[in-house]
Amino acid sequence: MPNAHNLLFRTLADPTRRAIFERLCRKGEQTVGALTARAGVSQPAVSKHLGVLKRAGLVRDRQDGRQTHYSAQLAALAPLIDWTSQMTGFWQSRFDHLEDLLKRMDQ
Amino acid sequence: MSKPAAETLSVVVEREMPFPPEKLWRALTQPHLIEEWLMKNDFKPDVGHRFNLQGDWGGVLNCEVLVVEPNKTLSYTWDFANDDAAYNLKSIVTFTLTPTSAGTHLRMEQSGFRPDQKQAFGGAKFGWQKFFTNLEQVLARTDQGGSQ
Repeated sequence: MPNAHNLLFRTLADPTRRAIFERLCRKGEQTVGALTARAGVSQPAVSKHLGVLKRAGLVRDRQDGRQTHYSAQLAALAPLIDWTSQMTGFWQSRFDHLEDLLKRMDQ
Repeated sequence: MSKPAAETLSVVVEREMPFPPEKLWRALTQPHLIEEWLMKNDFKPDVGHRFNLQGDWGGVLNCEVLVVEPNKTLSYTWDFANDDAAYNLKSIVTFTLTPTSAGTHLRMEQSGFRPDQKQAFGGAKFGWQKFFTNLEQVLARTDQGGSQ
């Protein structure tokens, strides 16, 4: 579960990738071509971002002839919207800082 | 999801630290050290002392020291007031230190969240606040649109 949480954060940390995902949320199913027209990056770059989103469970693809259609999987966002997970993530990262600090401190 | 709104939840984070409790205690109770791992503050280890934690996102937490048992237990309130009541947060943070053969077992429990709370500000650490707000709007629109 914490790993799934981290994966989601990492996946959505990239602004271009996040924009692609948000576009899928708003507009529904889209092809790579349609997404590329709006993304401001090359088609291979968009495909790569879609691959990362897919691995995180955030998008699903559907083959239709030569076209691949992508759609957002909103259920995958549940851990991020659940604030107890957010707060756990907050304290985990603070504990990381605390451990770093302890290593630096004198006895 | 179907729990009554009056019920509160808690978050527990635990970690074994390879350092003695006394050292952890210093990191938990000395303001300049607290600032290094948590937030800017005017903490004092005196029961009843009121202090603020200042988040790097500009938010300020109102806190009051509840329990000070050196090297064992530290507890304070952790409240966040917001104009929108749904974002209000009233909680209690308790650190418990237990010595182990390898160092100290540190347990943090934050309790008092309400299940109907829209958002804990914890996400702000990641600069996600705005993103979550956007996301909520997107999801609200999507729900209305009848898509899953």
